[in-house]
Amino acid sequence: MDMFQNILLTIATASTPLLIAAIGELVVERSGVLNLGVEGMMVIGAVCGFAAALMTGSPWIGVLAAIIAGMLLSLLFGFLAISLATNQVATGLSLTLLGIGLSGMIGENFVGQAGIRLPNLDIPVLTDIPMVGRLIFGQDPLFYISLALTAGVMWFLFKTRTGLTLRAIGDSHKSAHALGINVLKYRYLAVMFGGGCAGLAGAHLSLVYTPQWVENMTAGRGWIALALVVFSSWRPWRVIGGAYLFGAVTIGQLHAQALGFGIPSQFLSSLPYVATIVVLVLISRNRRLTVMNTPASLAQPFVPDR
Amino acid sequence: MRLELIKRPQQSAFFSAVSPLFALLLTLIAGVIIFTLLGKPPLAALYTYFIEPLSEVWQLHELAIKAGPLIMIAVGLSVAYRSNNWNIGAEGQFIMGGIAGSLIPILVPGFQNFMTLPLMLIFGFAGGALYGAIPALLKTRFNTNEILTSLMLVYVAQLFLDWLARGVFRDPNGNNFPGSIRFPSAARLPEIDPAQGAAHWGFVLSIVAAVIVWAMMQYSLKGFEVKLLGESPRAGRFAGFSSARMVFFAFLLSGGLAGLAGISEVSGAIGQLRENISPGYGFTAIIVAFLGRLNPIGTIAAGLVLALTYLGGEGAQMSLGISDKVARVFQGLILFFVLGCDTLIHYRIRLVFGDPAAKTAAEG
Amino acid sequence: MGIADHNSVTASNTTPLLDVRGITKVFGSLVANDHVNLTIAPGEIHALLGENGAGKSTLVKMLFGVLDPSEGSIIWKGEEVRISSPSEARKLGIGMVFQHFSLFEALTAAENIAATTPISQIADTARRLSVDYGLPLDPDAMVGDLSVGERQRIEIIRCLLQKPDLIILDEPTSVLTPQEANKMFETLERLKAEGKSILYISHRLDEVKRLCDTATVLRHGKVVGHCNPQEETATTLANMMVGTDVQNASRELSQAVEPGEPLIEINSLDRPPATPFSIPLRGINLKVRAGEVVGIAGVAGNGQGEFFEAVSGEALQTQSDSVRLNKVDCGRLGISGRRLVGAAFVPEERLGHGAAPGLSLSDNMLLSRHTTDSKTMLGALGYVVTSAVTAARKRVVKEMDVRKSGEDPEAAALSGGNLQKYLIGRELDRKPKVLIVDQPTWGVDAGAAARIRQAIIELARSGSAVLVISQDLDELFEISDSIAVMHDGRISAPLPIAEATFEKIGLLMGGAEPGHMAYEDVKTAEETEV
Repeated sequence: MDMFQNILLTIATASTPLLIAAIGELVVERSGVLNLGVEGMMVIGAVCGFAAALMTGSPWIGVLAAIIAGMLLSLLFGFLAISLATNQVATGLSLTLLGIGLSGMIGENFVGQAGIRLPNLDIPVLTDIPMVGRLIFGQDPLFYISLALTAGVMWFLFKTRTGLTLRAIGDSHKSAHALGINVLKYRYLAVMFGGGCAGLAGAHLSLVYTPQWVENMTAGRGWIALALVVFSSWRPWRVIGGAYLFGAVTIGQLHAQALGFGIPSQFLSSLPYVATIVVLVLISRNRRLTVMNTPASLAQPFVPDR
Repeated sequence: MRLELIKRPQQSAFFSAVSPLFALLLTLIAGVIIFTLLGKPPLAALYTYFIEPLSEVWQLHELAIKAGPLIMIAVGLSVAYRSNNWNIGAEGQFIMGGIAGSLIPILVPGFQNFMTLPLMLIFGFAGGALYGAIPALLKTRFNTNEILTSLMLVYVAQLFLDWLARGVFRDPNGNNFPGSIRFPSAARLPEIDPAQGAAHWGFVLSIVAAVIVWAMMQYSLKGFEVKLLGESPRAGRFAGFSSARMVFFAFLLSGGLAGLAGISEVSGAIGQLRENISPGYGFTAIIVAFLGRLNPIGTIAAGLVLALTYLGGEGAQMSLGISDKVARVFQGLILFFVLGCDTLIHYRIRLVFGDPAAKTAAEG
Repeated sequence: MGIADHNSVTASNTTPLLDVRGITKVFGSLVANDHVNLTIAPGEIHALLGENGAGKSTLVKMLFGVLDPSEGSIIWKGEEVRISSPSEARKLGIGMVFQHFSLFEALTAAENIAATTPISQIADTARRLSVDYGLPLDPDAMVGDLSVGERQRIEIIRCLLQKPDLIILDEPTSVLTPQEANKMFETLERLKAEGKSILYISHRLDEVKRLCDTATVLRHGKVVGHCNPQEETATTLANMMVGTDVQNASRELSQAVEPGEPLIEINSLDRPPATPFSIPLRGINLKVRAGEVVGIAGVAGNGQGEFFEAVSGEALQTQSDSVRLNKVDCGRLGISGRRLVGAAFVPEERLGHGAAPGLSLSDNMLLSRHTTDSKTMLGALGYVVTSAVTAARKRVVKEMDVRKSGEDPEAAALSGGNLQKYLIGRELDRKPKVLIVDQPTWGVDAGAAARIRQAIIELARSGSAVLVISQDLDELFEISDSIAVMHDGRISAPLPIAEATFEKIGLLMGGAEPGHMAYEDVKTAEETEV
């Protein structure tokens, strides 16, 4: 019984960074901006979070540092893609390459050092409930934050005026501008939110998942988060489903490797990536779904005329 | 304060030429800042990075070894990107090409004659092209985003290579180290001038590829088709060209060239199929393509510059104790600045202070 | 002539609502507005006249805060103001309904309206406005599914919710049938009776004469005069707008040719919708004979673009004889195949469809001619013979009097009229037996428009078959031998020009339906409440 709970716990831990990063990117894309630099911002968040936690002794400072690091890197992207109206695909890629390089450089001195872990929640009585206690009341704090973030984004996008404006910008930045909405400002804020989320997701990896710094420890999760946004048709609720599906596949293949079924480990390790491709194909086949849900101004540079 | 972009009536020819140089200059300035922050002498570090690796002939050979694959891959990518097909999986196609070409010496080791190498190269090209056809197929049939699919396939290719090198293709007499048999000389790309250095003919192949592809882009209807579909898909359709066919053309060409680079690297520089055959060439080539302004001839110079950063990184690590990761940062910064400077080709920049009606101008 | 000093035109001595003095706007080297003066009194419908490119849209964008003036001042209700954003304009009491709507397709009508007002107030106020002003509207419909006329109503309601004192309408009837336009005029009269002012931008002189109290005429960015349209004729107004007497193209230009065999035959053409927001084509039958010009009238959004793509071969048909061009079955041929058969096409969108904006004029020549002119323009291995392409480009530029700066500029650098002349000339240079053109003179200045219409008629008279799709009824009446109407993906049987009237065509354009269902429902509800 407890093994079952343990498995679910590992799935939650694997899924949380995907969820956080994907929700952040969803908001960015809803505003019409495509930021492919999620992987770069995530890994920067991971290394900065790790380093800050180690140097100050507090994992929460690490979390804060990770969020800020992600935001700063996203600002670089924003300056190019929003103010200078560059090609967003190439700019996002450059952000990833830069982020990976920078993180390698910053993290060099921290390789192999044991890190500080964010302590799990521990509520007397509740956490000890058999079968579900730790699952509901005993997880790391970022797990709860990830769910709150998703709910918050949902409420924001669909129940508030600002969220409506953001979605309008994503639909047609020209119309929004003509109505007097400050498109650039909204997009900057969205991009920074995405950066903060990516950084936070990275912090989860280096402060919860494996409290360690390993070069390139994100291992493509940022890209999977991007795929999740497409998979969810830009609806926050569905991102949870996607993130947990992937978390399950990741954990599943790790367990399969441990059990040694005779299937080569490389094959099992490739499952999350193959699954991403399959899932993308399935969702994009339905053209009506794609056209109706993709923010129409996605990835198009915008220059306001005055 | 606000930054305004004012569209130029025509693309600026001046900035088209100057933008990459300007970007490199900015990168150097950023480099000085980074070195200072790291507590290393900035000018000495710049010298070690960019001048020293050019000082001796054998080093120029090393430069050619690194530049060859970068140029070959970037030539293909520049065509793909011009046509608005974002092949991000060149690293994977490089690997698959390396594997495909290696099939001959590994599976048919007795086949050693003048045909071995050409066949290997053809297999390499084909392997990369076929692997590149996967994202092309998914894009045309299922409308799936090619950036994500081609990228996911990189991870798959890396794991596949790892499995082969440690398993089926492992040299039985290799003391349990991963990696295939060492290729016989018939299966190796020869060195150009062994007395002077280790550069192999792969470098020459990549220059030849660059020139051929450049001629196609510059002079032929195909090149016009690439540019038109990339700039304006609807106008391209109006012209009678097929976007779907272009997707395949772009991915088969860039995948094939990446595969050819892969087998050139394996048979030229390495000499066996190992579990890791690329220090990220497929990704660095993306930077090369942009630095070369998506022009095949431009990628030659750009490839040499990026190769320089690889060598500089190694040298700086040894002589100045600077992490070789800094080279990566340089590479990322180059692309970053290139993209920023490219804005000046299409727009003038104006800084607006305070009241919009009372403008001051700082034009770029 | 009637060019009067603008002070004497205002009816009362009260402070003008809007006083624009010396407004100038410069874009790089282009002076879009040159020291423009304009005065609008309260309760006045003021026309802003000028042909395409005269600077009307630029002026009103400054009034609405979308652009900043380079010089000059705006005085609103007696005080000088600086309008730096549309929300400022709205706060002042200026509302605007754009020609090209600023709507969000993937959001509902209610959400679109909410984009400029707090959410809670929408439903009731919007419904009340919609009834009061005769603008029926379904709040939950997704805008992408709505017709153009319905979208315009959303724009108007959105504007009225702000309780503006001045409403700016930019070419409002260009997207309406004559009947819908009449309904809109009633709405405007109602607003005027309440003391609101309207700035009415149009190039349709009969509307302006009917509706407006005063007019300001712009030409090349300058004010050429103010007048009272009631005292002018359409001719005098047109002359003020254009400056010279414009020759209208004449169908009687050369000897009227006896129509020959049908060179365009459309047989039961069907096309399912290509995207969720596009119009399906249903059972279209049409014939155009050699020597004839057949016009297709219709309000935008009824399938014109889809029809063009079906005929051009950008969308293929299942039956090869659904489309026959120059006596050949073309249904299964792509656009290149159809061009080889002798057909030429000019789409509605110049930049992004007919031409690539960032490519040079020469490249854009090659764009549509590389198949038909492969013998001269292409060499071995697909090598492009630049001399042949350049020669063609120079020929067309000379023939069509295309004004440009530089020898071979990018397409985007040309003005709309000049680019359109080039694109039409590019096709005419081939002497095609069949020409299909969509919106030949949209957004084009009068001089270029006349030249283009002339070229179309001359091509027909030389023995080709020409099909013209246009939203401009005046134009169609000028150049067509018969007019058909496109509505909701169907095309009516063509009416010979002698029998066609604005009235008949207008009814067909509107689908000949009496009134919108929702409007009837709401009206009934109001009546029963009373």
